[in-house]
Amino acid sequence: MLLPVSFYQEPEHQASDPAAPEGPTRSEHHPMTETAVASADAGLSLKELARRNGLSASGRLPSLPEYTRQLWAYRHFIGAHASAKMTSALGNTKLGAVWQVLTPIINAAVYYVIFGVVLKAHGNMPNFIAYLCVGVFVFQFTQSVVQTGQNTIVGNLGLIRALHFPRASLPLSAALVEIRNFVVALVVLMGIVLVTGEPLTLEWLLVLPALLLQSVFNTGLGLFMARYGAKNRDIRQLIPFIMRFWLYGSAVLYPVTKFADVLSGWQLQVVEANPMLVFIELMRHALIEGAPLANSPTVLWIQAAIWALTVGVGGYVYFWRGEKGYGRG
Amino acid sequence: MADSERIPTVVADDAHIIYKIHQAGSASSSPLASFKRLTTRSKNANIREVHAVKGVSFVAYKGEAIGLIGTNGSGKSTLLRAVAGLLPVSRGAIYAAGQPSLLGVNAALMNELPGDRNVELGCLAMGMTPAEVKARKDDIIEFSGINDKGDFSSLPMRTYSSGMSARLRFSIAAAKKHDVLLIDEALATGDAKFRKRSEQRVRELRAEAGTVFLVSHSEQSIRDTCERCIWLEAGEIRADGPTGDVMKEYEAFSRR
Repeated sequence: MLLPVSFYQEPEHQASDPAAPEGPTRSEHHPMTETAVASADAGLSLKELARRNGLSASGRLPSLPEYTRQLWAYRHFIGAHASAKMTSALGNTKLGAVWQVLTPIINAAVYYVIFGVVLKAHGNMPNFIAYLCVGVFVFQFTQSVVQTGQNTIVGNLGLIRALHFPRASLPLSAALVEIRNFVVALVVLMGIVLVTGEPLTLEWLLVLPALLLQSVFNTGLGLFMARYGAKNRDIRQLIPFIMRFWLYGSAVLYPVTKFADVLSGWQLQVVEANPMLVFIELMRHALIEGAPLANSPTVLWIQAAIWALTVGVGGYVYFWRGEKGYGRG
Repeated sequence: MADSERIPTVVADDAHIIYKIHQAGSASSSPLASFKRLTTRSKNANIREVHAVKGVSFVAYKGEAIGLIGTNGSGKSTLLRAVAGLLPVSRGAIYAAGQPSLLGVNAALMNELPGDRNVELGCLAMGMTPAEVKARKDDIIEFSGINDKGDFSSLPMRTYSSGMSARLRFSIAAAKKHDVLLIDEALATGDAKFRKRSEQRVRELRAEAGTVFLVSHSEQSIRDTCERCIWLEAGEIRADGPTGDVMKEYEAFSRR
C-alpha cells in the first residue's frame, strides 16, 4: 500500500460523545482505523507516540540566554523592520522626513507661548526657552516610546500570527525608530540652545551618556508596555492621562526649584526620584550653563543608571516571560 | 508497508479549543468606562466563548499533504491556528515537530512598502541571513509572478490586487523549508497559472520531508495536492482518509 494510512478518531472520543451524528461514516472507515493504529507503534497512546518521536507541545518558553541568542540572530530583521517602519510612517505625507524635525519644534513653540509668554512660569530664569525645550524634547522621547510600545504587539498581529520570530524584535525595532528620531530632534535642540545664547562647552559631551541611559530606560519601558498593552488593551484609553500627569510632574514646563518651595522631606525625595525628571535634569546640566538642578550631578547620574538598569532589564524579562502568549486568543 | 519510516510530525490528542471573542460595540470605548473596568475587575460583558473544536485526534506523518475540508465555520482555520501554536488548547494537547508555520491570506506585511522590501523583511523574519535573502529575493519575486505585468515589485503593496498580495505572501513563506507548513486558503486566491505553480511548490515542500496542511474550499486544489483528507464538521472529525473517499462523502453530505 503506497498511500499513507489515515488515522481515524480515538476510541475514547467515540465513547465519550455518542450523540455525535457520524454513524454511517464511521462504520465505513472502521477497518482503516484499525490498520492505522496497528501501523503506528501499536497500542501506544497518542501522548506516548508524540513523546517517543520527540514532538513537543507548542508553547515552550526558551530560557533567557537562549532567547537573547535568538534575538541576536534576528538583529538584521530588527534593523530592517525599523527602517521599513520609518519609511512607511511618513511615506504619504508631503513633507516626509521633515516632520521628524518639525514636530519637536512646533511642540516647543506651543509650550513656550503658553508657559513662557502668557503665564510667565519661569520666575525670572535667564534662559527659559532653552530650559523649556530640553524638557519638552527629552520628555517627548519617552512619551513616543510608551505610545508606540503598547501598540507593537497589538498592531502587528498579522505578522506575529504568520511568522515565527522572537517577538521582542518588534518593540526593539520600535524603540530603535524612536531613538533615531530623538537623535534628529537632539540636533535641532542643540541648535535652539545655541541660538538662545548658550556657549558650546566640553560639558556638551555628557549628552552621549545621558542619551545612552535614557535609551536603555526607554527600551525597557517599551518592552514592558508592549506586553502590558497586548494583555490589557484598555490601557490605551488611559495612557494619554498617565502621560500628561507624568509631564506635569517632571518639571518640564516650570523650573525644578518649584518643588523645593512647596514640598519637603520624603515627599520631595519621591518627586525628585522621578526618572523623567532625572533624565531631563541630566540633559539640562549638559547643555545649559548654570541650569538650576534638583540634585548634584553625581546623584543624578547614579539615579539615572539605577533607573536605566532596573527598567531596562526588568522590561526585557517581563516581555520574555510572556513570549508564548503573543498573538494567541 | 514501510511502517518504521513513518515519522509523526503532528499529533493531536483529543484537542478542544474554546476561544473568547471581544465584541465591539456597546458603550465601552470611552476612557472612563475602560478605567472603571480596570479598577473593578468586573467581567467584560462583551466577551463570549465559542467552543470551536471539540475533541479532535489525528496523527500526521512526514511527507504527507493533508486537506482539511468542511462547511464554513466548522473549525478548520481554528484547528490550523492551534497546530501553529497560535491558539491555546483548552483540553487535550497538540504536539508538533519543530515550529509549524501558518500561512494565511490575512497574514499582513507592510502595505506602505514596495513588494521587494516586503520580501526582504519577510525572509529576515523567517530567520534568513542577509546573504541568503539577497540570493533568494529575485527567485521569490519571479515565483510570485507579480512582475508579469510590469514592474510591480517596486510599488507599495497597498496598490496590489488581493490576488497579487496573496501570491507574494505565499511565495515568501514557501521560500523556506518548513517542518510543518499550514496553508489557509492561500492557493485559492491566485489565478490558474499561479495555482499550478504553487501546487507544484507544495509537492516540493512535501518531498523535502515536511508535512503540509491545506484548508481550502476549492475541491480541485485539495484533490490535486493532498492524498489524505480530514473532514471537520461543527468542530468534530466526520471522516479521515484518502482524499477520494472523504470527498465523495463530503459531496454527498453537502448535496443533502
